[in-house]
Amino acid sequence: MEKFFNDDIRKQITQILGQMVRPITIKLFVDEKGCQTCNETQQLLGEFKETSSKINLEILDKNQNPKEAEKYGITLLPSFVMLNDLGEYKGVKFNGIPAGHEINSFISALIEMSGHPLKVPQVALDRIAKIKKPVNIKVFVTLSCPHCPGAVQNAHRLAMLNPNIQAEMIEANTFPGISQQYNVSGVPKIIINEKYELLGNQPLEAFLNEIEKSLRA
Amino acid sequence: MFDLQIQQRPIPSIFETTPLWDLLVIGGGPAGLNAALYTQRKGLKVAVIAKEIGGQLHNTSTVDNYLGIPMIEGKDLSNVFLKHLEALEVPLYLDYWVASIQKSHDVFFVSMDNGTVLKSKTILFATGGQPKKLNIPGEATFANKGVSYCTTCDAPFFKGKNVIVSGGGNSAAEAVLDLAAWAKHITVIHRSQWRADKIILEKFKTIPNLTTFLETQILSIEGKDNMQGVWVLDKTNQAKRYIEADGLFIQIGLIANSSLIQPLTKTNEKGEVWVDDQFMTTMPGLFAAGDVTQHPFKQIVIAVGDGAKAALAIQQYLIHHS
Repeated sequence: MEKFFNDDIRKQITQILGQMVRPITIKLFVDEKGCQTCNETQQLLGEFKETSSKINLEILDKNQNPKEAEKYGITLLPSFVMLNDLGEYKGVKFNGIPAGHEINSFISALIEMSGHPLKVPQVALDRIAKIKKPVNIKVFVTLSCPHCPGAVQNAHRLAMLNPNIQAEMIEANTFPGISQQYNVSGVPKIIINEKYELLGNQPLEAFLNEIEKSLRA
Repeated sequence: MFDLQIQQRPIPSIFETTPLWDLLVIGGGPAGLNAALYTQRKGLKVAVIAKEIGGQLHNTSTVDNYLGIPMIEGKDLSNVFLKHLEALEVPLYLDYWVASIQKSHDVFFVSMDNGTVLKSKTILFATGGQPKKLNIPGEATFANKGVSYCTTCDAPFFKGKNVIVSGGGNSAAEAVLDLAAWAKHITVIHRSQWRADKIILEKFKTIPNLTTFLETQILSIEGKDNMQGVWVLDKTNQAKRYIEADGLFIQIGLIANSSLIQPLTKTNEKGEVWVDDQFMTTMPGLFAAGDVTQHPFKQIVIAVGDGAKAALAIQQYLIHHS
């Protein structure tokens, strides 16, 4: 398979990932018998690993590692989770390849999961800390959507800041079944706790408004 | 399909060490980027603040009316602009929204949604526009349930389906070309006549399943869980009829992204920021350029030109107000 990174891109990504503070681990779940974009995702993450000594990558066949898959709630393939330097899962998950525009939400997650300070105003931090019930955020994207990475970044930041929040990117074209189930015909489409919807890329405040609404219901 | 559109950049430390900027450009589209390029070359302390670089270029598949760069994808043109700025080492503060702009004692305070506050002698507001809505019944109900404003984002969802494109300018015509690769049938509905470039309309000859209704107005969007069709009015004979469709791509122009500075300065009835011939708003030191202003003809090359003119005017302003 042709490489994703040319010299220029590799240099650029190496420089950007210089911001990583501590090591992180990516656990990528695939189907060794094959699945749409499993090979491509494995290769892309492998090329990322080559650009930074702070990235650990584990490739797991879902069928051979059912307990691990269950632990991280893996239902789609390819899917990967990101763990911090202590091996803790903070609820940051990607379903499908983070290529195209979505590479930006992936890079952002790598840097922020490594311990790079998250710049969030105190007023928002206070609201996030008050979330005591489980929240699941699904962000449906396409790789050609320029407005999607911002939505994914916000969802993942919320997950990193509160253990009750889990956030997952879902590449809609790779997973037409779940996309149809959630009636996705435009992206980014953000689903909070299976019911509450946000359209388009929204500031963190809008996410919090909707999360608080879902928890009041 | 898997090309990598890398926009992530570390926030440079210069943002922590610069107490007062000469100019903060708010917006990462063509107007703002060219203004930053011009003022950086002049030696001003300038930086760009943008949620994302490229602005509306990312909503455009192909650009073919930018002199010297034929047939380039919008995202690639955005990357060309970005690389040019990086070659000149223009500081970029990306990935965050501006929460507020305030002025006190001739200093502007730009507050970001991450809590950072940056200070500057002048501001160039170049935040462009966002897609205009039809403002008809059903539009909000079926948003992202058939109704879309971004062809590059959403076209693949309409593979083998019937779609409508609303609009008559270049954006609408480009949307037709984008959708031709996916949709079973495309119907263009526009309330007047085509305004799009003839060179784009010529390409329609190769699209087999395309129907065009000009002088036709969309009255409402109908459906259940998803949109299923629209009611239209044929303005030539006042007849109403229903057209079935799974999707509606609305490409009828832009609304200025001006809400952030509307409390500070004058805007027109469309919400566009009023600027004088020096691109200054009614608030001294607050400039605006590009699609967010009252200037007609929202085009990339015009925004770029306006950005350059605004930059030169800002330099003059700083000379006379320092």
